[in-house]
Amino acid sequence: MAKRAAPEVNAGSMADIAFLLLIFFLVTTTIETDSGINRKLPPMEESEEDVIIKQKNIFTVLLNGRDQLLVEDELMELKNLRKAAVEFLDNGGDGTCDYCKGKKDPSSSDNPDKAIISLKNERETTYKTYIAVQNELVAAYNQLRENRAQALYGKSFAEMEANYKDVNWPGNKEKLKEQIEQIKIEYPQKLSEVQ
Amino acid sequence: MSKFKKKKSGDMPAVNTASLPDIVFMLLFFFMVATVMRQNTLMIENNLPFADQVEKLDKKDLVMYIYAGKPSANYKQYGNEARIQLNDKFADVNDIAAFIASERASKREELIPFLTTALKVDSEANMGLIGDIKQELRKVNALKINYTTKKGSVFGRN
Repeated sequence: MAKRAAPEVNAGSMADIAFLLLIFFLVTTTIETDSGINRKLPPMEESEEDVIIKQKNIFTVLLNGRDQLLVEDELMELKNLRKAAVEFLDNGGDGTCDYCKGKKDPSSSDNPDKAIISLKNERETTYKTYIAVQNELVAAYNQLRENRAQALYGKSFAEMEANYKDVNWPGNKEKLKEQIEQIKIEYPQKLSEVQ
Repeated sequence: MSKFKKKKSGDMPAVNTASLPDIVFMLLFFFMVATVMRQNTLMIENNLPFADQVEKLDKKDLVMYIYAGKPSANYKQYGNEARIQLNDKFADVNDIAAFIASERASKREELIPFLTTALKVDSEANMGLIGDIKQELRKVNALKINYTTKKGSVFGRN
């Protein structure tokens, strides 16, 4: 008996079907990775003895309900905040900080390790202003760390951190971690928020 | 009459489209893999603020999302005040603790310390609400937070 050939399936419309699916996925796709400012909240601890901090080591930033910025009891524009914060942090008033490039003004902060930025906001402050201020303060720290990394290792701090996170980076991770830690110790992020 | 007729020289050969499905499938698979479907339907306006000192929030499975903002046009009956949204429904500040607990319960135990809370808050919201959220998060010891923002300059677009 003659073998009957199976009829071939017409695949002409496969492309159409695939196109349909493709367009669906094209439309629904959002290739997004969220990004934002990472912060750590202070843990709840009731019994904490008061630490006495010298007034000159605190950089007060106050945001009022009308989104006005009061820095060290003076009105300030948002665009000047970063510079003011850098000046405060990098001041090195008591001379123990040999890498600071500030003015060594004795009435400002002693040491980046002691300098604290205190941020206070009111309930009516809008979120975007708050984020803008947070952003500027983080930028001040980043700028200082960046400069320090350039001076110490001739590399950018952001690049160092990116390399540290990168699994495929070929260099010595232990050493890199040490270097990053060193910079973080020299310019610790001391940003406190008043509730 | 010869069997082998010469082809007319002016005729252009048709482009072979046999590999078209393959190409389309390739694209299709790319988009299928890259697609992230939205997890939550937003019931609030969520116009994130701009910032430029941002860090990427990778490891999506280790992120808990808290949304806040003004109810959007379809949900006007909930008022004009900024509200919190957790998992497709409006919530109160007191619900955050339960939300965090349930999120933690759904993760493996060893991953719990790495959980981050992403606050996706509308730029017009008041800090009072955020302060309350943060206070709640401190109570349940969920201390790692991330203010999710769009990338851009903080100036100019205020």
